[in-house]
Amino acid sequence: MSKKGDGSAVKDPGAEPTLGTNPFEGTLRRLREAFHSGCTRPAEFRAEQLRALGRFLQENKQLLHDALVQDLHKSAFDSDISELIICQNEINLALKNLQAWMKDEPGSTNLFTKLDSAFVRKEPFGLVLIIAPWNYPVNLNLVPLVGALAAGNCVVLKPSEISRGTEKVLAEVLPQYLDQRCFAVVLGGPEEMGQLLEHKFDYIFFTGSPRVGKIVMTAAAKHLTPVTLELGGKNPCYVDDDCDPQIVANRVAWFRYFNAGQTCVAPDYLLCSPEMQERLLPALQSTITRFYGDDPQSSPNLGRIINQKHFQRLRALLGCGRVAIGGQSDEHDRYIAPTVLVDVQEAEPVMQEEIFGPILPIMNVRGMDEAIEFINRREKPLALYAFSNSSQVVNQMLERTSSGSFGGNDGFMYMTLLSLPFGGVGHSGMGRYRGKFTFDTFSHHRACLLCPAGLENLNDIRYPPYSDRVQQLTRWALGSQSCTLL
Amino acid sequence: MEREVQRVRQAFLSGRSRPLRFRLQQLEALRRMVQEREKDILAAICSDLCKSEFNAYSQEVISVLGEIDFMLENLPEWVTAKPVKKNLLTMLDEAYLQPQPLGVVLIIGAWNYPFLLIIQPLIGAIAAGNAVIIKPSELSENTATILAKLLPQYLDQDLYIVINGGVEETTELLKQRFDHILYTGNTTVGKIVMEAAAKHLTPVTLELGGKSPCYIDKDCDLDIVCRRITWGKYMNCGQTCIAPDYILCEASLQNQIVQKIKETVKEFYGENVKESPDYERIINRRHFKRILSLLEGQKIAFGGETDEATRYIAPTVLTDVDPKTKVMQEEIFGPVLPIVPVNNVDEAINFINEREKPLALYVFSHNNKLIKRMIDETSSGGVTGNDVIMHFMLNSFPFGGVGSSGMGAYHGKHTFDTFSHQRPCLLKSLKREGANKLRYPPNSQSKVDWGKFFLLKRFNKEKLGLLLLTFLGIVAAVLVKKYQAVLRRKALLIFLVVHRLHWSSKQR
Repeated sequence: MSKKGDGSAVKDPGAEPTLGTNPFEGTLRRLREAFHSGCTRPAEFRAEQLRALGRFLQENKQLLHDALVQDLHKSAFDSDISELIICQNEINLALKNLQAWMKDEPGSTNLFTKLDSAFVRKEPFGLVLIIAPWNYPVNLNLVPLVGALAAGNCVVLKPSEISRGTEKVLAEVLPQYLDQRCFAVVLGGPEEMGQLLEHKFDYIFFTGSPRVGKIVMTAAAKHLTPVTLELGGKNPCYVDDDCDPQIVANRVAWFRYFNAGQTCVAPDYLLCSPEMQERLLPALQSTITRFYGDDPQSSPNLGRIINQKHFQRLRALLGCGRVAIGGQSDEHDRYIAPTVLVDVQEAEPVMQEEIFGPILPIMNVRGMDEAIEFINRREKPLALYAFSNSSQVVNQMLERTSSGSFGGNDGFMYMTLLSLPFGGVGHSGMGRYRGKFTFDTFSHHRACLLCPAGLENLNDIRYPPYSDRVQQLTRWALGSQSCTLL
Repeated sequence: MEREVQRVRQAFLSGRSRPLRFRLQQLEALRRMVQEREKDILAAICSDLCKSEFNAYSQEVISVLGEIDFMLENLPEWVTAKPVKKNLLTMLDEAYLQPQPLGVVLIIGAWNYPFLLIIQPLIGAIAAGNAVIIKPSELSENTATILAKLLPQYLDQDLYIVINGGVEETTELLKQRFDHILYTGNTTVGKIVMEAAAKHLTPVTLELGGKSPCYIDKDCDLDIVCRRITWGKYMNCGQTCIAPDYILCEASLQNQIVQKIKETVKEFYGENVKESPDYERIINRRHFKRILSLLEGQKIAFGGETDEATRYIAPTVLTDVDPKTKVMQEEIFGPVLPIVPVNNVDEAINFINEREKPLALYVFSHNNKLIKRMIDETSSGGVTGNDVIMHFMLNSFPFGGVGSSGMGAYHGKHTFDTFSHQRPCLLKSLKREGANKLRYPPNSQSKVDWGKFFLLKRFNKEKLGLLLLTFLGIVAAVLVKKYQAVLRRKALLIFLVVHRLHWSSKQR
């Protein structure tokens, strides 16, 4: 790397903190040098990294399953459909489309640039940081990683220290598969993360809470690092009167209690009329029994709360409103029963924070308009759900609200579609990813115009001095066309 | 300030800005404003930058009109939902991306193209259905005033407002909450804007700057090269974010380059540049002094004349510039063109890569391989090969920086996208609940296998029939095995599903 200059124009390798006091200095320097060497650019290198990632998943399936059981009591089925298969799917898609994604996109030319070659080049940003949470620890680490690698970046991965089992596998096993010049896993808690964020990255991809999202973006601002923030919020679920309560109960319950409710896009609370609530409650009870048996604690299909801190937090929420279904908990097991709360007040804690647990409060509204007004008074959520037989109601909900994503008559099924991007808006986040969108997120789209070296006569019109005749001609020529230029 | 922002937010919440017809009307009104009040607008720009009317028109107004027309033509298509490819699990559902406005957006303009850099983002913000708060640069006072005067006369007065003021007012404004901030300006303030935005988790587009390098290869037609560079460099008296900031070339080329630029300057601006109506002035005394200080200790090959009273700085070229000197440490933003000699293109590439990523990169050569190499081995916001500035002109191109030259992009559809939330939507029906049984607990190995089947395959219409048969066969087998008691009910359900699928696939 070069020496520092006197001012800001010459790069100080990202205004790095003093050598020796920051534990990540060496790793980051190594990765940056690797990026500058250009080794991550060729398609074959990127494809090989992706294939290696695929092998990591296939060869360590049991290890990953065990880690997910340890962290979240996740069943093999749940682990497969919400973590491993999704990652595999992303890798396959990236491998299949890598060449197409990497290709320069032609730009359309206008009258004055018809003779040029115009294209948008997709370039890696450089050194990118991916910070992942604990609730889908394999998925939320590896899916962004797929896109970052496919886009040709060097990657620092920071898995959550809270999902310890998965963190261990990612830290100890994953680097053995990838090229360690260009990839590193860093570990630690909030303090280490703070130190990490002092460094300059060329992109930061963060999944987590809005509170920490602000911290990440503030740190990024110091280096003008672009960010994607996948945050969260309270995802409303409106249930119209014109619905079959049993079907709604099935669908809502599945998405709510999956992973013990620890899903950023899970329906957080229900909005429905008191009459609908009366019909929903027995339907929900029936569904919960069907899914998890009479003793949900012994069901292999119900997850556990990640740690004591969150368990205590959720247990406190059980005191809000009135427990209509469930409400049991077991501290030793970090178990909370699939619960439905009614008679909840808006000011109570369960309606003030993202629940992130197997608790579903029901708020009563008199109709769709009141539901929309309720939703719009609050922060834009990551997801929004509306259930109704009437497509008009569903469409109204869609048009008159804003949210990261929208599900009509179902939960987050859209997560299975890689052609749909995933991301938040407002407090629920900025930027988006999945499939090609991850590749685009981790690429700088560089507009390139190659003009002919000759044919200078054509340019004369733009050069001063601007005689009256030239002025008139230019005004006429440009005024009658829809093109933007001199 | 807070009250003003609240008022605009209330206006947005009324929903007025959302219908397509309203947006088109506002854009048409904006167009009328530009055409009917052209004289006033040009007069303002001219007095801010000592620009000729023609220059103001051709550099700013033309682009604005073109952008409005482009938007009017394409907006009806852009606002519609875009269906996306589905998979087996969602093949009967509606899946699409619905563009929606973000809410209240803040546009902070710059003083160098004071009209263009406000109106061009404004066009996209209106088109995307937002309410907009406009903060023109206080340094281009007259344009700021005219914008505050004219915009309310043509546009909705509650949805689009102009707030004028200096650093204090801008700081106050940045404490408020917006749904997107687009800022054009310098790196230092860019950081401040992003930090303020972080407090509210507001996404930002930052159009910043940097030192845009211009590499001149041995193998090129220097006459043409120097004409193009002269045009791009001294336009607006060098106060262009994508002006070629400095030249990199072999030492042997320096004298010729100097000579040819000198000749071109004479051709463009006459013997006495000061009297040319086509040559602008520096925006204010502070910048005048700043640029002057960059000349200290430099070898002035030609130019260098200044006049503080009129803030005039002659088109200037410096040779044999030392990279460690001040003129190579900050974006010049003035009519001073340093030439830094390098030995070859490798050195040029290293030189560029040792520095912050610039907003633009220019390379002149007949050798296409060299141009390609320059592009491949460096990074910048954008590139123009064998010319300067021109990549800005294509409204199909995203215009933006990378690294310290900025983040995000706009122009044309990219502005619309910047100011929209593309909301992914999946709409299912409440029927066909039977198909969902696959995902509900209690789970089994066969469900895992089926999960894999459905999730790893894409929806392919041609294979539909074959898949259906297989699906039916296996489901039937599974059901017979597990659900003897409810077999009849299930069989009927499957029959209905197949019937519907068959019917809907026929309809395609």
